[in-house]
Amino acid sequence: MSKSGISSPRTPYLLLLPGIAFLFTFFIWPIANLAQTSTQTPIAGGDTGEYEQTLRFSNYVDAFLENKEQFGRSFLYAAIATIVALAIAYPLAYAIAFKAGKLKNVLLVLVVAPFFTSFLLRTIAWKQILGEQGFVVPFLRDLHIIAPSTTLTSSAFAVVAGMTYNFLPFMTLPLYASIDRIDPRTLEASGDLYANGLTTFRKVTLPLSMPGVVAGTLLTFIPAAGDYVNAAILGSPQTKMIGNVIESRFFKIVDYPTAAALSFTLMASILVLVTVYIRKAGTEELV
Amino acid sequence: MRKVSRWFQRNLIRIYAVVAFTYLLIPIAYTVAFSFNDGGKSNLIWKGFTLQNWLNPCGAPEVCTALGNSIKIGFLATLFSTILGTMIAFAIGRHKFRGRSTTNLLIFLPMATPEIVLGASMLSLFLTLKINPGFWPTVIAHVMFCISFVVVTVKARIASLDPRLEQAAMDLYANEVETFRRVTFPLVAPGIAGAALLAFSLSFDDFIITNFNSGTMTTFPKFVYVSAARGIPPQANVIGSAMFIIALSVVILGQIVGRKRAVK
Repeated sequence: MSKSGISSPRTPYLLLLPGIAFLFTFFIWPIANLAQTSTQTPIAGGDTGEYEQTLRFSNYVDAFLENKEQFGRSFLYAAIATIVALAIAYPLAYAIAFKAGKLKNVLLVLVVAPFFTSFLLRTIAWKQILGEQGFVVPFLRDLHIIAPSTTLTSSAFAVVAGMTYNFLPFMTLPLYASIDRIDPRTLEASGDLYANGLTTFRKVTLPLSMPGVVAGTLLTFIPAAGDYVNAAILGSPQTKMIGNVIESRFFKIVDYPTAAALSFTLMASILVLVTVYIRKAGTEELV
Repeated sequence: MRKVSRWFQRNLIRIYAVVAFTYLLIPIAYTVAFSFNDGGKSNLIWKGFTLQNWLNPCGAPEVCTALGNSIKIGFLATLFSTILGTMIAFAIGRHKFRGRSTTNLLIFLPMATPEIVLGASMLSLFLTLKINPGFWPTVIAHVMFCISFVVVTVKARIASLDPRLEQAAMDLYANEVETFRRVTFPLVAPGIAGAALLAFSLSFDDFIITNFNSGTMTTFPKFVYVSAARGIPPQANVIGSAMFIIALSVVILGQIVGRKRAVK
């Protein structure tokens, strides 16, 4: 069928038309519209929320300078969460791929099990578990691991931990998929050639699992950098991320141009980072 | 002592797996446990076991309206995104045409865009067009972000098909339509079903994009987020736990059916 195609060369275009038209209308157009909003200024003497196009590109500079702390925080938190999630998920994926035997399918279901219930409920569960009325804080205080005045929630630690937790399955699944594809005989061969465990990992396992590492880190980093729910539930005003700023600019302050400029800056910086990262990591089988 | 440490070394990765899974599953256990809590409106401290919340899941104001909206939106978003996405997946997976790589890029971009940007951009379009946020804008937004995931899932399934099966059908004098109907489609169907389940769960659980485009309409995640400030009612835990059990059963059932087929 691939050679002859169903009936005519027009078939692929007919198949594409509705979906692509939809994406143009509700993805490309909104993004273009957002770009247009980002250079607007308030109408003199107009109501709140009324803006006109003045092509004021310095909106971008103002928005960035005003919120550079939150920008830095977003990328820092997302980077830490991604690295920690990778450190947790890699051994886990390895264990499922090579050590699980008959339990493999059961364990894979357990990895995606968190998706079966609302992520907000899970995040709030963490807030309550780690909160003042949960069982962890009093326990750690009794053991003198943390000072009586230290809290675990409303902190940068809680926000990063929440993001790590929420995106862990996104990291584990692609890692598992690429580790599972490794032929165990290549690892044996490496051992036969007198490589120790560490060398085998560095020279064989890790390079062969790179596509999973790249996919997993992207699936974690991108949503984490734009997230504001973890910061809103588990954080404090001192842990605000750029997502929180965009959200409040839109809804509380009705400052659409700034919100739009911030959204664009966020999207552009993520795209640049992702492109550089994919080039460096050297895989293009992403989609 | 040495025996213990050797056992420990040999099972290190298994012990690690147990710890990691405990970490993954603790909030779920917590959510399920607190669905049985006799805690009244704010479900913060364990006060005693009760079945009341399960017998009366709509007991908290608004919670079932929110759930109903989420199910309706999820159903419509799944339906549309699965149809549109599957068509695109067949075009990309089965045909060579000009603009294929541009199409791939257009599918990839929504997945690489942070949700907050997607949500904000759609809201700004709706505001420009003077369309009020609400039910349909939310459905449209959900279809938009689900399409890419459907395409990727179905495309992977199409790519994994053995082309010889279709050739065999053609050799046996099936025409193209028949080959598609009796060979290709049944083989791709599990991928489409998986994509539909994925789309539903993405839609059902979405908060950020929904929050931007739903206006005053409430959905289950919105309900949870709003009530988080004063402690979520135990009924929300009941619904969360029920969702978990239903999804788990669907997956287990799917695995059993899949295994039976494989045995045949």
